[in-house]
Amino acid sequence: MALLQERVKELVAKYGRSRENLLPVLQGIADTEHYVSEYAMQLVAEEMGLSAADVYGTATFYSFMETTPRGKYIIRVCKTISCFMKGKNQILLALEEALKIKLGETTPDRMFTLLETNCLGWCHKAPAMLINDDVHVDLTIEKVHQIIREYKQKANN
Amino acid sequence: MGKNVLKRIDLIFKHEDDCHEVLQKTLKRSDDELINELIGSGLKGRGGAGFPTGLKWKLTREAQGDVKYVICNADEGEPGTFKDREILATVPYKVLTGMAVCGKIIGATNGYIYLRGEYRYLVKDLEAEINKFHKICDEVGLNFRIKIFLGYGAYICGEESALFESMEGKRGEPRNKPPFPTEFGYMGKPTVINNVETLAHTWTIFKYGAKKFRDLGVQDSRGSKLFSISGDTPIPGIYELELGMTVEEFVEDFGDGDTKAVQVGGASGFCVPRKKFRDIAIGYQGKLTGISLPTGGSMMLFNSSRSMYNVLHNYLEFFAEESCGQCTPCRVGTQQLLQGIKAVKRGEKPAAYLDKLLSLSETMKATAKCGLGQSVANSFQSIVENFREEMIY
Ligand SMILES: Cc1cc2nc3c(=O)[nH]c(=O)nc-3n(C[C@H](O)[C@H](O)[C@H](O)COP(=O)(O)O)c2cc1C
Ligand code: SF4
Ligand code: FES
Repeated sequence: MALLQERVKELVAKYGRSRENLLPVLQGIADTEHYVSEYAMQLVAEEMGLSAADVYGTATFYSFMETTPRGKYIIRVCKTISCFMKGKNQILLALEEALKIKLGETTPDRMFTLLETNCLGWCHKAPAMLINDDVHVDLTIEKVHQIIREYKQKANN
Repeated sequence: MGKNVLKRIDLIFKHEDDCHEVLQKTLKRSDDELINELIGSGLKGRGGAGFPTGLKWKLTREAQGDVKYVICNADEGEPGTFKDREILATVPYKVLTGMAVCGKIIGATNGYIYLRGEYRYLVKDLEAEINKFHKICDEVGLNFRIKIFLGYGAYICGEESALFESMEGKRGEPRNKPPFPTEFGYMGKPTVINNVETLAHTWTIFKYGAKKFRDLGVQDSRGSKLFSISGDTPIPGIYELELGMTVEEFVEDFGDGDTKAVQVGGASGFCVPRKKFRDIAIGYQGKLTGISLPTGGSMMLFNSSRSMYNVLHNYLEFFAEESCGQCTPCRVGTQQLLQGIKAVKRGEKPAAYLDKLLSLSETMKATAKCGLGQSVANSFQSIVENFREEMIY
């Protein structure tokens, strides 16, 4: 908890206390903690001189701002029309199989969370997904298994 | 299919390495001369709405205010659109130059790029480009600085007033208009907000002159435009084409021989069925043959193997999720349309219920607060009216 306090202080010092820095501060917390807890929101509110309700209202508005604990790698599979037409459902099944979790869940070791999202801007290379900030396109079932193997290796090293 | 009826244009993605010279030469010209050049080019916003760019800059220049801003809208959330990402990845200096020239004209020293969270991987390279560009600004004696502001997964933040709210650290909820951004934008200051592609076109206009741009396109729809092409096509990708083409010409080039419908302008755009391909042109309101459809450039092709019910269902889910929930017609309406078509499909409601839903979408168009809720009717009506049987059986 003391660590989180430090992190919040550090971010507010980096970006500044005025309100227009709220989103960058919250993003900074999500980057290291993989989510923004209500406690973190309170700390931010105190540090920036805002009401906790204001911080909560802003944080919960943005779909990438996770407010429950998530894995180190957040997978977001595109479910919008072009990806849907190019077999997004099979990709999702392959991910569920590779990770042994269902959509919306996090692996017990807190490595992966599997989510869906709207159009990622790669429709010409559908189906597409994000793993944290990295884009993966032209997905096939084999490719999905390969990618997850690589991330698991990365996570174990 | 693959007939190459349409001329391919190569302006936007053409790499040019004279950023310093272009900026220097442009800044030597008077503000009035530059604004007239821009107005004369006929450039209209490439983000979807099609507002004349020269006029937007002129209004913001004339607006009262000690502080003003230039914002590049790189939220690119409309389903089926991916051209802005490619511009920022390959020719970012054209966009940065457009922002700087705009800043000089309107009297702004700060610019922002609002980049959607989905494109965060671009930040590192883009920041390096911005730093290089800042050096050029210093060399030519222009006081102008650009920062990236990262969005975080909200389509509505592409709407300009929601984008300002988001940058101010608030929920991305659209404001009432007027006042317009030219008077009351980011932090309540006069602001020019332009789409990435719009700014990239200003490079061409300032470097080569308005004529080079104006010679392309037709009547009220001047210049070239980037099209993001996806769905049932053998050659998906980004293409620069002249405005004014008919959907028929487009399908001859990009269809797979079995195209049954083309969605123009993404989920918030219009569905054009095969029987209307010939009558509809792509461009802004004007004197084009028949009806013309303005667009941010998303073109999605569907062949006869596709269920248009599934397409509409997917769009409605998108809107229901992305509605900011601020006003009732949109928050409730998107849900009712979605539940309504499901009920008709399952046989729980009679086919005539579709007419009720059509009139609900019309009400949303008239009463929703912003473009999101207002434009749900576009795809809803054009799909339900043209593919009614597919909604029922
Ligand atoms: C729901 C909604 C989403 C929008 N998303 C974008 C977007 O992602 N990018 C964009 O340039 N314009 C978007 N717009 C249009 C902007 O509000 C604005 O008109 C545009 O950025 C102006 O730039 P332009 O004149 O260069 O097109 C959106 C509008 C609405 C109503
Ligand atoms: S129309 Fe929809 S997105 Fe726009 S303000 Fe109303 S609820 Fe929000
Ligand atoms: S529909 Fe999936 S990336 Fe656009």
